[in-house]
Amino acid sequence: MSEKIAFTIDGVTCKGEKGQFLVDAARDNGIYIPTLCNIPGVNPKSCCRICTVYVNGLPMTACSLQVFDGMEIINDTPALIEQRKIILEALFVEGNHYCPFCEKSGNCMLQALAYRFGMLAPRFPYTFPVREVDASHPKIIKDQNRCILCKRCIKAIKDEKGRSIFAYHRRGNKLRVHIDPKLALALTDELAQKAMDVCPVGSILVREKGYRVPIGQRTYDKMPIGSDIEVKK
Amino acid sequence: MSKPIVATASLAGCFGCHMSILDIDERILPLIDLVEFNKSPIDDIKEFTKTCDIGIIEGGCCNSENVHVLKEFRKHCKILISLGECAIMGGLPALRNGIPIGECLKEAYLEGPTVKNNVHKILPNDSELPMLLDRVYPCHEIVKIDYFLPGCPPRADLIWDALVALITGKEMKLPYEVIKFD
Repeated sequence: MSEKIAFTIDGVTCKGEKGQFLVDAARDNGIYIPTLCNIPGVNPKSCCRICTVYVNGLPMTACSLQVFDGMEIINDTPALIEQRKIILEALFVEGNHYCPFCEKSGNCMLQALAYRFGMLAPRFPYTFPVREVDASHPKIIKDQNRCILCKRCIKAIKDEKGRSIFAYHRRGNKLRVHIDPKLALALTDELAQKAMDVCPVGSILVREKGYRVPIGQRTYDKMPIGSDIEVKK
Repeated sequence: MSKPIVATASLAGCFGCHMSILDIDERILPLIDLVEFNKSPIDDIKEFTKTCDIGIIEGGCCNSENVHVLKEFRKHCKILISLGECAIMGGLPALRNGIPIGECLKEAYLEGPTVKNNVHKILPNDSELPMLLDRVYPCHEIVKIDYFLPGCPPRADLIWDALVALITGKEMKLPYEVIKFD
């Protein structure tokens, strides 16, 4: 039986269990801390920094931080919202994110976060990098233009022997997520769909599955991301 | 008080954003009561005849003429609005940004599968034609833009509410559904 603890988020007293990750504990209390690279149930890697909160005055990532008793967390301040917006804007200019014709538009977490934090146009100049689309696999397409290198697919998509289908390749600004061609041949339909769903942007696509949900019925068409958590409050 | 003056232009865009302006339906009648149009494809006035209060730009900059028009707008308009994804990020025309300009022209005029009649292998080079830029630029990378209205096209309600808010000085209260990037 885990130990019950109490902490505060923006002055609101919350209850949680010792060892719980802060994003999960906040979610149980009806408070939304934005995440992008984090997947529930998979070890956090805190690489996108969108979930940064102030804990007793220090900036920390909420996805990898375990709650402890008496923690004072600041999550919702103009400065933090601005920091999150900066991360989103940087991600938008770093790749080629064409929302108007993206298959994932409306279901895209990056786009949904931009809606939530009120991004209208990025403050940074667009880089328009030259990146390839890898359409050589039978079940999935990997569009490197949209990849934000969040590692979600690497961490979550494994075959029955536990081998990763996706992997990092090269370093620095040449870093890409590549697909193992042999493992991709044996990819099942379910796993291919899971890979598409686990991708927060439209970088992994299942062949012949685009635009199935009409505009107006997609995940983030009606309500901002995180509002399903906040209704529990 | 005289009516605020609005000017609009479509640069490297598909005119969809202007269609979306017209999509305000019967509100076009109160709009005519609210504002006066100057240089715009809607009334076909080609040159600025006076200083405008609001300039609305659709589309990004893909050639020298677009840059010229955009700079004219900045000169003649007190407030400049980027309307739609092309004006904000380049949009579909920006798909050519990763391709060298020579290759684009070659594909379009010499080697493309639908090129049949260009027997003299001519690339358009008349001095009357605007020069293509090295890539498509979002408007705010050329001149200062004051407001951004995203969407492809921006929802008619978004355009209407933003214009009314700007003219009346009231705060915009927009529902979540109207600000979308697609």
